[in-house]
Amino acid sequence: MSVSPADLRSITTLAPLIARGEVSPTDLVRGCLGRIDARRELNAFITVMADEALAEARQAEREIAQGRVRGPLHGVPVSVKDLIDVAGIPTTSGSAVPPIEPCADAALVARLREAGAIIIGKTNLHEFAFGTTSDETAFGAVRNPFDPSRSAGGSSSGAAVALVEGMCFGAIGTDTGGSIRIPAAACGVVGLKPTYGEVSCDGVVPLSRTCDHAGPLTRTVADARLMFDALTGRRPDSRQAPRPLTFGVPRGYLLARLESEVRRTLAGARSRLAGAGHRLVDIDIPSAHITPDVYLHIVLPEASHYHASTLASHAERYSPGVRLRLEMGRYVLAEDYLRAMDLKGRLTAQVDRALDGCDALLLPALAIPAPPLGASSVDIEGSPEPVRAAMLRLTQLFNLTGHPAIAIPAGSTSAGLPVGMQLVGRRADTAALLDIAEAVAPQIVGGAGSVGGGTG
Amino acid sequence: MEITTWLRAACADADTRGLTGLKPLLEALALSTARLREADVEHRRADGDGERRP
Repeated sequence: MSVSPADLRSITTLAPLIARGEVSPTDLVRGCLGRIDARRELNAFITVMADEALAEARQAEREIAQGRVRGPLHGVPVSVKDLIDVAGIPTTSGSAVPPIEPCADAALVARLREAGAIIIGKTNLHEFAFGTTSDETAFGAVRNPFDPSRSAGGSSSGAAVALVEGMCFGAIGTDTGGSIRIPAAACGVVGLKPTYGEVSCDGVVPLSRTCDHAGPLTRTVADARLMFDALTGRRPDSRQAPRPLTFGVPRGYLLARLESEVRRTLAGARSRLAGAGHRLVDIDIPSAHITPDVYLHIVLPEASHYHASTLASHAERYSPGVRLRLEMGRYVLAEDYLRAMDLKGRLTAQVDRALDGCDALLLPALAIPAPPLGASSVDIEGSPEPVRAAMLRLTQLFNLTGHPAIAIPAGSTSAGLPVGMQLVGRRADTAALLDIAEAVAPQIVGGAGSVGGGTG
Repeated sequence: MEITTWLRAACADADTRGLTGLKPLLEALALSTARLREADVEHRRADGDGERRP
């Protein structure tokens, strides 16, 4: 079963067609189910909710036929990362550890249902969201559709793959160090990490309550806004971004080590933005280099705290690497955790200052193209670096600081692997970031359209 | 607790629990902790915060 442009339509394009009865939610669900079945080798889904989704589609059709259209997500099939509770469906977290059997939807799933979205299934991930490559999962490594020998990123990898392959029209992921933006960049789709706390994480298995965020992966920025509005219960209020815009490009640590084609893509985006009349200025985040150290001393003990009882009873059922990282967190001293929390506050103030006089920060979302599955290190500009460190470097700072950030497709490498850029906005103003992203996505993409296949 | 003391105790505990694979990770964590503490001291010094401490 091949994926046609119609299978990759944006929600923004589909919504009026569904509302007018010209496109049937049942047909949409059947199409998604067919494509899930056709590409099982990519391991995008853990649980496919075929019967439930078809029943929900028929219900949506009845409501729409009666003129009761709930909004732009009504009748649209979406996927949910299998770290998020859906009532009656096991939450496996990608692990062989016994799953949670939730009797209630996570708060964000309840929001999606209120908006009329159809939950088509639960997507695969790096086990317990504790990794960026998605090769540590009890449900088979998630493969990149652009090169199945490569990782689809992580941890919300199944979500990104499902979008690229037309298995859903919107997806929900979580992001503790980059887990929405990294797979979005690796697979060429849009990934939004809202401001910390804007989307409820109630009913989401935590990795680090201090750094956990939930948000959408979509084919277009406009779709990310629709999903964000539904997830937060906001009233839609798309505004025109001011022109010209000013983008801060970080100097130093963040951009010091980029794979050459990622660096070239950033240069291209800068040049097109400048050509469109926008301003680009260099900015400093003086302590950005301590981000990985601060991050480790917060995320490791918080993850270990959540998993302590399961580690005691089912240690052997974790993937070996995930288990060791969880065990490591048990040794972090309380005084170092508190030091890290203090430094987190200082980093937040530095990013706030960097945004003074800028509308958004501009940097890549991922310093390398998707790495081969199983690789432990990558070569960047002639020297090796651990894959995990390279993949997290450009995203994890904004999990510590809570600033909203969005990954946008920005073209491909010569080998055809997607590259993503990232825009970072002011805290508590995710809507403004979406306005900016929508205004400049054409310059960032470079006119080639969404790599992940968005067709409008 | 000094980092060297902490690392020795952590590695001994990991050995006792049969988690030999944890040792290199703990050594890497010790380096990270050293950088974290150094950054903490620098920031406090920059704030003049150290003056209010014993």
